[in-house]
Amino acid sequence: MTTLSTTGSTAPTPAGPAATPAVDPGTVISDEIRVVGMVWERELIRYVRTRTRIVSGLIQPVLFLFVLGYGMSGLVGTTGGFNFRQFVYPGVVAMSVVMTAMFSALSIVWDREFGFLREMLVAPVSRVSLVLGKTAGGATVAAVQGTIMLVLAPLVGIHLTPVLVVQMICLELLMAVAMTTFGVFVASRIQKMESFQVVMQMLLMPMLFLSGALFPLNGLPGWLTVITRLNPLTYAIAPFRQVVFAAQDMSPAARARFPTNVTLFGYTLPIGMELAIVVVFALVFFVLAFRGLSKTE
Amino acid sequence: MTDVEAGKLQVGASANSSPAVDVKGLTKRYGDLTAVDGIDFSVGQGEVFAFLGPNGAGKSTTIKMLCTLAHPTSGRAMVAGFDVGSDAKSVRRHIGLVFQEQTLDDQLTAEENLRFHAVLYGVPHGQVESRIARVMELVALSDRRKDLVSTYSGGMARRLEIARGMLHTPKILFLDEPTVGLDPQTRALIWEDIQRLRIEEGVTIFLTTHYMDEAEYAERIAIIDYGRIIALDTPDVLKASVGTDTVAIETSDDEAALVALQRAGYTVERTEGGLTAFVADEEAAVGPIVAAAGVPVRTVRAHRPTLDDVFLHYTGREIREQHGEAIPMMARARGARRS
Ligand SMILES: Nc1ncnc2c1ncn2[C@@H]1O[C@H](COP(=O)(O)OP(=O)(O)O)[C@@H](O)[C@H]1O
Ligand SMILES: [Mg+2]
Repeated sequence: MTTLSTTGSTAPTPAGPAATPAVDPGTVISDEIRVVGMVWERELIRYVRTRTRIVSGLIQPVLFLFVLGYGMSGLVGTTGGFNFRQFVYPGVVAMSVVMTAMFSALSIVWDREFGFLREMLVAPVSRVSLVLGKTAGGATVAAVQGTIMLVLAPLVGIHLTPVLVVQMICLELLMAVAMTTFGVFVASRIQKMESFQVVMQMLLMPMLFLSGALFPLNGLPGWLTVITRLNPLTYAIAPFRQVVFAAQDMSPAARARFPTNVTLFGYTLPIGMELAIVVVFALVFFVLAFRGLSKTE
Repeated sequence: MTDVEAGKLQVGASANSSPAVDVKGLTKRYGDLTAVDGIDFSVGQGEVFAFLGPNGAGKSTTIKMLCTLAHPTSGRAMVAGFDVGSDAKSVRRHIGLVFQEQTLDDQLTAEENLRFHAVLYGVPHGQVESRIARVMELVALSDRRKDLVSTYSGGMARRLEIARGMLHTPKILFLDEPTVGLDPQTRALIWEDIQRLRIEEGVTIFLTTHYMDEAEYAERIAIIDYGRIIALDTPDVLKASVGTDTVAIETSDDEAALVALQRAGYTVERTEGGLTAFVADEEAAVGPIVAAAGVPVRTVRAHRPTLDDVFLHYTGREIREQHGEAIPMMARARGARRS
């Protein structure tokens, strides 16, 4: 026989022993960490279960890599043995990371539609934990997706070294964290499913195109240059390309032809500064995402 | 006839235990619209308490305030001994919630949904698996534990949500229209689940419904209309308040039957095409009345006041089954009388 549940027969005194678990700060923190882990785990389960998403997340970047890569190679030509495919490769990997992270974050819109968001929001847990879990989950699946893209490197003539792979994964994670928090913030403002496609088209595509992922940012008209410098992705993609190019055997002519650093007011930003800017963006988006979710219900 | 005004009724169940839910003057306004209009009631521990009313009556709004999802415009509510206004987190830890709309992740299995919930509600790590097994057993879904929720029928999903609501051993389980849109068999299964939860887990149950027939399963019912509680009592008392049971008969000789029944001590009246006896319990009275009539009885119609009669009595309208809307009596009178 099962033991009688304690809640059953005994009349609990209000705010008595029943309330103690919520009071002990140690328990609270470990409970919140469990919540972060659980939200993260759910994100992974859903990612693994939706194979179509993994495949479609690969097809688009692959198309860009080969179609755009070959198409533009004819136009841009080869400089010192370096071609446009090699230039665009880091950008395309970044693109798959960004799209996966964004998609993962925007699944909150689905959760709202199908009610699961409510299950999360009514729970007696901190919304910081929910956003942290969501961010960690989105970042993980995005980094996994980006890492899968590494198998294409040899096909376009990019040499991978173990150090480069580690550097790339770290930068993918940072980029993904920033994009997931951004996505959660956007998703917290989207009330309707129909708006989702619009947001993807109107926000994600321009952000990608104006980030330097698919073509060099030099030689753009002034107003476009301003937009690219306001785009957080610009500062995430430049370091990514820098570490990839640093590991390649490129002639000085090729390096001059395909610059990687972001310039701001004529000043070339060091990689550390670019990364710091991404971190700041990620923190700001995290706070906005938290506030966005706090407003719901 | 007793006046079953809500405000005058305090919890009767057990005097020495504090009520599970205690509400005073609870009001919610949305702009000009008063969704809940100063209601008072208490729910005793271990009680099954139902809010019965048509769509738009304010049932969901009341549940939302009790579960701290909506802030009362005025009034006070204590749930599980905690104030919904000042101690929302404690309230949420001690209640289970099943919304009117589904809130499952259908890309996860039943078990994964439950595990997620267990973590959100701080079920101790060592108890999670046994608790999942227990609640799945309570709603008889143990064999579907590992299936994706997307393969579940509407009724199964609803029952899984009830199981999930019970996972963290809440003191009170709130169910907002748990049976709406389900077929009669599934509705019956859900009611079996609810009774089982009550008996085996000792949980207090607060539910809303617009199905008259279902409210009968509750120990006490509050009838709510336009945000006000218009009657509150046990189903039997409510029904008794609108009239007694009747047995109508048609016989071969009504005159003789009338005399015979009156001599046997029945209160009998001559009515259209026959006789009507007013009795305490129609079921038990049918046999004796037929025997006491002394002449051949052609037809017998026994009637006990239903909650439909109660709703009609207090509001002058009746709840239309399908949509849960209250329709005026006039509209009903114009239509043909059915069943
Ligand atoms: N968030 C809201 N904003 C404005 N009006 C609302 C809101 N929620 C409910 N209402 C209104 O309050 C009334 C009661 O609604 P509700 O509590 O959902 O009724 P029930 O659950 O009994 O069908 C309805 O008239 C409804 O339109
Ligand atoms: Mg409702």
